[in-house]
Amino acid sequence: MKRPRVDVEANHRLLTRRAAILGGVQLAFVGALGARMQFLQVDQADQFRLLAEENRINIRLIPPARGEIFDRNGVALARNVPSYRIVMVREDAGDVDAAVDALSKLVTLDPDEVERALAEMKRSAPFLPITVADEVSWEDLSRVSVNAPALPGVTPEVGLSRVYPLGSDYAHVLGYVGPVSDFDLERIEDPDQLLRIPRFQIGKVGVEAKIEENLRGKAGARRVEVNAAGRVMRELDRREGTPGSDLQLTIDSKLQSYVQARLNGESASAIVMDVENGDLLSIASAPTYDPNLFVRGISSRDYKALTENKYRPLASKSVQGTYPPGSTFKMITAMAALEEGLIGPDETVYCPGHIEVAGRRFHCWKRAGHGWVDLQNSLKQSCDVYYYDLAVKVGIEKISAMARRFGLGERHDIPMSAVAQGLTPTMDWKSRVHGQSWVVGDTVNASIGQGFMLASPLQLAVMTARLASGTAVTPRLIKTIDGIEQPSGAGPSLGMNENNLRKMRRAMYDTVNDRRGTAYGSRIIEDAVRMAGKTGTSQVRNITAAERARGVTRNEDLPWERRDHALFVNFAPYDDPKIAVAVIVEHGGGGSKAAAPIARDITLQALYGEEPPLEAYPTKDRDRIKQQQQVLRGIQPVANFAGRDQA
Amino acid sequence: MSYLEYTVKHVPSGPRKILYLNWPLALLLAAVACIGFLMLYSVAGGSFSPWAEPQMKRFAMGFVLMLIVAMVPIWFWRNMAGVAFAGTLLLLLGVEFFGSVGKGAQRWIDLGFMRLQPSELAKITLVMILAAYYDWLPSHKKSRPFWVLIPVLLILVPVAMVLRQPDLGTSILLLAAGGGMMFIAGVHWAYFAAVIGAVIGLITAVFQSRGTEWQLLKDYQYRRIDTFLDPASDPLGAGYHITQSKIALGSGGWTGRGFMQGTQSRLNFLPEKHTDFIFTTLAEEFGFIGAFSLLVLYALIILFCVVSALANKDRFASLLTLGIALNFFLFFAVNMSMVMGLAPVVGVPLPLVSFGGSAMLVLMLAFGLAQSAHVHRPRQGY
Repeated sequence: MKRPRVDVEANHRLLTRRAAILGGVQLAFVGALGARMQFLQVDQADQFRLLAEENRINIRLIPPARGEIFDRNGVALARNVPSYRIVMVREDAGDVDAAVDALSKLVTLDPDEVERALAEMKRSAPFLPITVADEVSWEDLSRVSVNAPALPGVTPEVGLSRVYPLGSDYAHVLGYVGPVSDFDLERIEDPDQLLRIPRFQIGKVGVEAKIEENLRGKAGARRVEVNAAGRVMRELDRREGTPGSDLQLTIDSKLQSYVQARLNGESASAIVMDVENGDLLSIASAPTYDPNLFVRGISSRDYKALTENKYRPLASKSVQGTYPPGSTFKMITAMAALEEGLIGPDETVYCPGHIEVAGRRFHCWKRAGHGWVDLQNSLKQSCDVYYYDLAVKVGIEKISAMARRFGLGERHDIPMSAVAQGLTPTMDWKSRVHGQSWVVGDTVNASIGQGFMLASPLQLAVMTARLASGTAVTPRLIKTIDGIEQPSGAGPSLGMNENNLRKMRRAMYDTVNDRRGTAYGSRIIEDAVRMAGKTGTSQVRNITAAERARGVTRNEDLPWERRDHALFVNFAPYDDPKIAVAVIVEHGGGGSKAAAPIARDITLQALYGEEPPLEAYPTKDRDRIKQQQQVLRGIQPVANFAGRDQA
Repeated sequence: MSYLEYTVKHVPSGPRKILYLNWPLALLLAAVACIGFLMLYSVAGGSFSPWAEPQMKRFAMGFVLMLIVAMVPIWFWRNMAGVAFAGTLLLLLGVEFFGSVGKGAQRWIDLGFMRLQPSELAKITLVMILAAYYDWLPSHKKSRPFWVLIPVLLILVPVAMVLRQPDLGTSILLLAAGGGMMFIAGVHWAYFAAVIGAVIGLITAVFQSRGTEWQLLKDYQYRRIDTFLDPASDPLGAGYHITQSKIALGSGGWTGRGFMQGTQSRLNFLPEKHTDFIFTTLAEEFGFIGAFSLLVLYALIILFCVVSALANKDRFASLLTLGIALNFFLFFAVNMSMVMGLAPVVGVPLPLVSFGGSAMLVLMLAFGLAQSAHVHRPRQGY
């Protein structure tokens, strides 16, 4: 069949026209595509390039090694050891339960830890790595690494973990580190980027918390290229951080361990302080706990056991605890009177066992009374009536002012948690706080360290050191930071009459070394290390007139928490004072019986620098002391940390 | 002019035919394919496996196929159009029962040496049957309703079968290619105006009715449409691909990061980096210059086809070549629009560049037909 030529020509023209229209549309579309390309790639290039970098480049902080802590002789107290852990990123893991399941086929997982990790994963952002297994062994770690492709979102990590080799001996001084909490972040203004690292460890209490800034160091950073799954493909560059500063404490670890062992079994605290430069040689508090438990996150059962213990192991009693100083305060009252010139030479007071002041009867601890007593005897025998008499003459303002000159009622600047201020009451204070006016009975109570008067063992040690040295020595805990010696605690002279101070020291010497002294039973017989001290027994209850008429109940017959606190402060050697010691045994009964023997043992240990020879003890005590030394040698600090056995 | 009017002596014969191929077109195809090899080498992290090497083999195979098809006279292919179309429909029916479903929704039949996607084949055979139909149809009948209905059915049958797979991308391409063929063939413009008007009306009705009592779709269907049209509203779901793809493109800048320096696609921020989204790798590594060059190459391929078609006095050959060009255009236009965030994500590969056997072979087959049309065009005074 043949078509007319015209038809063919017309058809072809139409086709050409239509093809041209369609071609025009296509060309326009190609133009549009080109324009879009230009828009995305040229006009908006900078913006997208930035987004691409964000996509690809991650800045990962390198946590710096935390500063380590040593005692004054270089014994390690807080160290960093490498620890391996397995982290999981929820976003990449997909089905978290399945991932945990797969992981548990490779390594043994602690169900508690997993439960906590799962809870944490639910709470936190999906891209944050959460630790599912901590302190895993090298074998487990390699097994996870090898199987990494089959475990999306699971990565092994190497980090440094804090350990406290001497554990419980330093729980109260050093405190412990732990992962940053939301609570911590809220407290800190302008937090360091480092703190955003999940489970980054910061000091929670004690020196670890107070010197945090020095110990933490500066973060390093590495720029890494990551893929869409967040897995690190390669490291682009790396800037190392600055490790934290190492600290050296003034603590003597040998003495500290001894003191902790000696206090073991009591609810007690003790301070040993250098009388000249204020170095704190030991800060002990019992019972104690193992700070290593807190580093990993303490189990709620362990934590409950600590908080429910009536001896309050978590409290650092030596600096946080405040107690009525009792008779250990009598030196202050006496010094206030002496400095005011209110005690004439050979002046005596008659003690019938009680005294009437402003219509109230105040009792001496000795019901029968001490008869005629002078200053030396009043301190030696701890006669209360003598001080009641002085107090009325001197007045509370002078007594409290004197107490403050000796470091009571002052928050000493040492880097431990909740250092107590104590209380040296004044008339003004009482009307301000209690809304009542000061009565002379308050002064009488204060004169023997009862009533409103409160002091911590640290303050009592400072008081004793100042009495011994005659200088305003202040306590010092940090010896060096990064090898740089910190300011000494040595202070200027107290500006008190040296004769008065000497009288006090002599009276304290007699208290221990005179047959009639209250601490005679705890004397040291080695001449070179003889000590001078003062006992204290502070009531924690009111003794009613009825009870007094019946006969005061003996401490041993009371429930523990109503018994008196036992206190003892001393310095030694008497001839050339080097150390001051303060011991408080909570509800221990009498100071001479409960606190003084402990203080003597500590003093000897500190002065000898090792287990003292039995010759330093009175002959009749030696057998007992020998046994005691054997027992103490067996007491080791509690320290549970991974890798302990390998170390 | 029908094939009966050809004088055999006016057409080159024997091996001499090879000299009369549309060589610029062949070279352009090879150039585009080479860009594809480079990109596949790059996304594999500088390795010929697993993508670049098989792709090269397939292109070589495809090129030989194109030559063979080009050597066969165009009138043979015209006669084959009906058979090919029927065969395609049978294959489409076959995959319904015997086919396997790949990652997307395209169904294929495993032929042993390659996986055949009948829907790919449908793009070519549909163009062939329509070209043959309009070559046969007397021109005064082409706008009559009955003679319009026939090609509409020819288009809708394969479209419906592909849609059932369900491969939305390919069915849209088929629809557009078929419609384009009818437009080129000279069907009255009023039909197109009516269809476009009806579609616009329907879309308006669907959207206008939203929230009213007589709303046409269910709420969840509207939400699906929303994310389909605006992937950015779901940045970690549907929008993720588009956002990442735009980032990769944008970060290329003028000159790109350099060969093998692309980061976004290689680091798996992009899915389908070796198939549908391979353009982003090119754009990131060679920048605007590289991406625009590819666009220009594509435009040149279209241009050479159109010129060849318009110079061809044979109606079947013209229609076929224009249809193949239109198909090719739809391929890259839809892919690039999708990658650049101008169109919703539908699974359409970048022709000759994306990794994939079926699409490559079918495309080369199509260009073989275009070459055959070019070689066997009626000449005067030969």
